[in-house]
Amino acid sequence: MAINQKIKVRFNSLFGKSSHRYWQLYILMIPAIVYMAVFMYAPMYGVQIAFRDFSAKAGFWNSTWVGLKHFRRFLAYPEFWRIMKNTLSISLLNLIFGFPLPVMLALMLNEVRNRFFKKTVQMVTYLPYFISSVAFAGMITLFCDRNAGLITNILTSFGVERTNLLSVPEYFQPVYVGSYIWQHTGYTSVLYIAALSGVDPNIVDAAIVDGANRWQKVWHVDFQCLKPTIIIQLILSVGRILTLSYDRILLLQNELNMETSDIISTYVYRLGLLGGQFSYTTAIGLFNNIINLALLLIVNSLARKYSESSI
Amino acid sequence: MGKTISVHQKASIGDKIFTLVNCGTLVIIFIIVAYPLYFTILASLSDPLETARGSITFFPKGFTLEAYQEVFKEPKVWVGYGNTIFYAVAGTMINLACTIPTAYALSHKRLPMRRLATWFFMFTMYFSGGMIPTYLVIKKLGLLDTRTVLLVCSAVQVYFLITARNYYDTSIPGEIYEAAYMDGASELGTFFKIALPLSKPIVALMVLYYAVMHWNNYINAFMYITSADKYPLQLVLRQILLMSGNMGQIAGNVDDDMMVLFMRKALLVESMKYALIFIASFPVMLAYVFVQKRFMSGLVTGAVKG
Repeated sequence: MAINQKIKVRFNSLFGKSSHRYWQLYILMIPAIVYMAVFMYAPMYGVQIAFRDFSAKAGFWNSTWVGLKHFRRFLAYPEFWRIMKNTLSISLLNLIFGFPLPVMLALMLNEVRNRFFKKTVQMVTYLPYFISSVAFAGMITLFCDRNAGLITNILTSFGVERTNLLSVPEYFQPVYVGSYIWQHTGYTSVLYIAALSGVDPNIVDAAIVDGANRWQKVWHVDFQCLKPTIIIQLILSVGRILTLSYDRILLLQNELNMETSDIISTYVYRLGLLGGQFSYTTAIGLFNNIINLALLLIVNSLARKYSESSI
Repeated sequence: MGKTISVHQKASIGDKIFTLVNCGTLVIIFIIVAYPLYFTILASLSDPLETARGSITFFPKGFTLEAYQEVFKEPKVWVGYGNTIFYAVAGTMINLACTIPTAYALSHKRLPMRRLATWFFMFTMYFSGGMIPTYLVIKKLGLLDTRTVLLVCSAVQVYFLITARNYYDTSIPGEIYEAAYMDGASELGTFFKIALPLSKPIVALMVLYYAVMHWNNYINAFMYITSADKYPLQLVLRQILLMSGNMGQIAGNVDDDMMVLFMRKALLVESMKYALIFIASFPVMLAYVFVQKRFMSGLVTGAVKG
């Protein structure tokens, strides 16, 4: 009986007379839906050229079907594993060094009593986020210059041999990850600062009455309060491990540092867009996307389980 | 507020050390972040010879605005600036037209097939056709090397859309709409007459997000635009910053006057790069500082709800 009732209500809400006008809401969505269909879903349909030998004349649907030929080709190609290794290693370095810093920054800022000092530090650490990829790559290139580079000069004073840092493969990943962290720590910490503002003052007072000093307060109250946010963010970052943004890397890449700077997306760009090997590179992109999708689905269900259990 | 008072009541030595270490570390972080930004400005204002020598530390040496004058003499920079302003203004309007009504509709409890509609958008965060199929679609549509492609190719950012939807979900009570329905308003009328006037904070936030996105984006233009007269500022910047050869090869002692003059011209290019970085980044940072005061809280709640 109850189930019947439910179905009836649902049917009415979809097709019933009374709710007829709610379909009008879809009129508001037309521009967005058209956009998604053309620029997101049409390329998804086009992904089938990974299994075909694409020719511009025949288009997505009529190009010759070749099955897994392109996948076999890149899996057998030693170059591919080097690119995979670079992608993973840059992502992991980002995660290991970049993940804890925003949490620490938020905890530290939260302990500052002087509002002006707090706001200033927060605002300035947030600023680099707004520098565009190109300007940012320009700064890095200038700073890594052999003769006048800021970073080069600092490193030289610590006894490192003077060189253009971007032309040495060993330096590329540390320079890239370091600068990435420099640019994003303040931005990411905003999330944790927001979470910290939700700490119940009564708990803090109770901790102080119990004789907790500031270290203990930070560790036992603030950090515990951040834990759910931290764990969810950590799970999500792990899920994104192969989704490395490539716009900065593409700009900093040169022939000398290629060995450590070439990642999946830059390889796809070079061979696909520049080299015209559309099917082969689409296959690589698809392979990457499927691993991403699997990772994301796994970590999302983990995150959901975790947040349900923590609430 | 309560916690501030109680913490201040008794400051033990341990607490004092804590404050000292905490603030000290923050000052170091502040310097690490701020100094490269400050240095960029310094280098753009200093004598090119000093900049190339790497002798600048805290104050400009041989203060000059030459680099800026040279940059503004470059017609490419003006073309890029003009194009970017056009892309940012027109593009953001398209973004708003696509994002705001959709966010409202998706937040509406009575939207038929709401879950499916939400998934239609969310799915693209998990899976996409990828670089090459997208390029081929745009090519097929005849949009390669047109200004249109930069306006429409990222018309909806799903993450922003979800942020806006969460705003409607949490900040505007549904009862307001009910009242409008009682008066016989249509769905569209309700959106335009009731919801839109209440959307100022989220519209402002979306303008900031999307305008910054257009201002800073180079990758779309990099892939789809070939003719230089359509280049946005970022591509012009890339040409000047990253493609011109390194001219900073300075020899120890140059005693020939002509040689010094020649070197100076070559070195000026390096100073111009610093000036360009400043010119390209400053408007965005200014917009942020301006908007941050009013809308930071909205930004944060949207992000937390994810």
